[in-house]
Amino acid sequence: MEFQFQFDWQAAIDSIPFLLKGIPYTLLISFGGLLIGFVLGIIFGLLSINKKWFLRWPATAYIEIFRGTPILVQVLFIFYGLPDLIGSPINPLTAGIAAIALNSGAYISEVVRGGVQSIDKGQTEAGLSLGLSRTQTFWSIIWPQAFRRMIPPLGNQAIVSIKDTSLFSVIGVGELVRQGQIYIANTFTAFEVYFVVAILYLAITLSLSLILRLVERRGLASV
Amino acid sequence: MTHIVEMKGMNKYFGKLHVLKNIDLTVEQGEVVVIIGASGSGKSTLIRCVNGLEEFESGKLVVDGQALAPKGGNQKALTEIRKEVGMVFQQFNLFPHLTVKKNIMLAPMKVKSNSQVVANATAERLLNRVGIGNQADKYPSQLSGGQQQRVAIARALAMEPRLMLFDEPTSALDPEMIGEVLDVMRELAKEGMTMMVVTHEMGFAREVADRVIYIHEGQIVEQGKPDDVFDNPQNERTQAFLSRVLAH
Repeated sequence: MEFQFQFDWQAAIDSIPFLLKGIPYTLLISFGGLLIGFVLGIIFGLLSINKKWFLRWPATAYIEIFRGTPILVQVLFIFYGLPDLIGSPINPLTAGIAAIALNSGAYISEVVRGGVQSIDKGQTEAGLSLGLSRTQTFWSIIWPQAFRRMIPPLGNQAIVSIKDTSLFSVIGVGELVRQGQIYIANTFTAFEVYFVVAILYLAITLSLSLILRLVERRGLASV
Repeated sequence: MTHIVEMKGMNKYFGKLHVLKNIDLTVEQGEVVVIIGASGSGKSTLIRCVNGLEEFESGKLVVDGQALAPKGGNQKALTEIRKEVGMVFQQFNLFPHLTVKKNIMLAPMKVKSNSQVVANATAERLLNRVGIGNQADKYPSQLSGGQQQRVAIARALAMEPRLMLFDEPTSALDPEMIGEVLDVMRELAKEGMTMMVVTHEMGFAREVADRVIYIHEGQIVEQGKPDDVFDNPQNERTQAFLSRVLAH
């Protein structure tokens, strides 16, 4: 008997409405997590370049731990491990957002550190010499310039984090991949469904790239 | 006359390197002091101590009645001093994310709590004074080096300083732009601004300075009226330095 595979367009199209139900979860986990991750990144990124060692060391430890362990292990730890410690279950959505937040926060800390350190120290000297305090100098002179340089690596991190959410199918969040798995379990159309899943991820990440490119162009025009 | 800067037995080290050795120096209100010397002699470090961009290790430094402590000890005095002392840098150090006008408005609004209207008027007046009133809404990168340095001078003047420090203000400029910056400085001196200027522009020093100071390896080797220092230097190191820089 000759084996012949044919891409079943109808199966692919039929799967779309069911798969789309996963998108709000994918977006909620990635952008919710990234938003918190950005706040963590600013806090720990700035702490990691602080002169005081007791602020710098904990920040560096956080960054190294969450950059140095797989996000899959992190989310499994949060979802299956932490409930033992705190004595109550954590819902998968919360666990997913927390994992993205902590993981992206570590990478964003490094982006923040790099961005801030890339600004010439003459800028700080100019601010101080005009009578601005260190805090004023940082927020009105250093940060706006550093932030502009941070946009491309931040966009990069956003794309990585969006894709990382696909791993959270293992804790049963109804995100894109999880929806695909459920659908395939009933229809056995793995090729078509994962194809559509891939296209949907690409649609999200490409839209983000496009938006970032526009933001970047606008931001850089004035420097 | 009142001292605006008073240094007594001031010492500064970079690690083991002794960059300023036992400096005694007073600057009077309204005086223009030009500091000359070879690269690495400590002349920039000297004026950077005045507004605390460099800390010193021992000795006395009083600026505008505020005593600075060694090793950055007196932060409160430093804050007060920086409001009264303007600085112009070799590399301009304009804020590239702000327009020319906003560069000038920033400190008066943040430090003196001037209103936008007042700060705006000050900025326009100062830009006209340094001859670039028509560039107010451009970004620094759109200006020539000479124009950028004039903006930097206007930015420092916006705080109405009692003393201006110039750290090699023309060293990063193309030769044809040096004149326009020196002109602005000359005007300032004429209007009675107290100035400490580190420069390699000997013509400017001779013309504008009330006093020229020659620094060699962290020590004040010679000082006096420009004509005396340039035409009749007493110290052999000053003679050697001047013959090198004035030869061509």
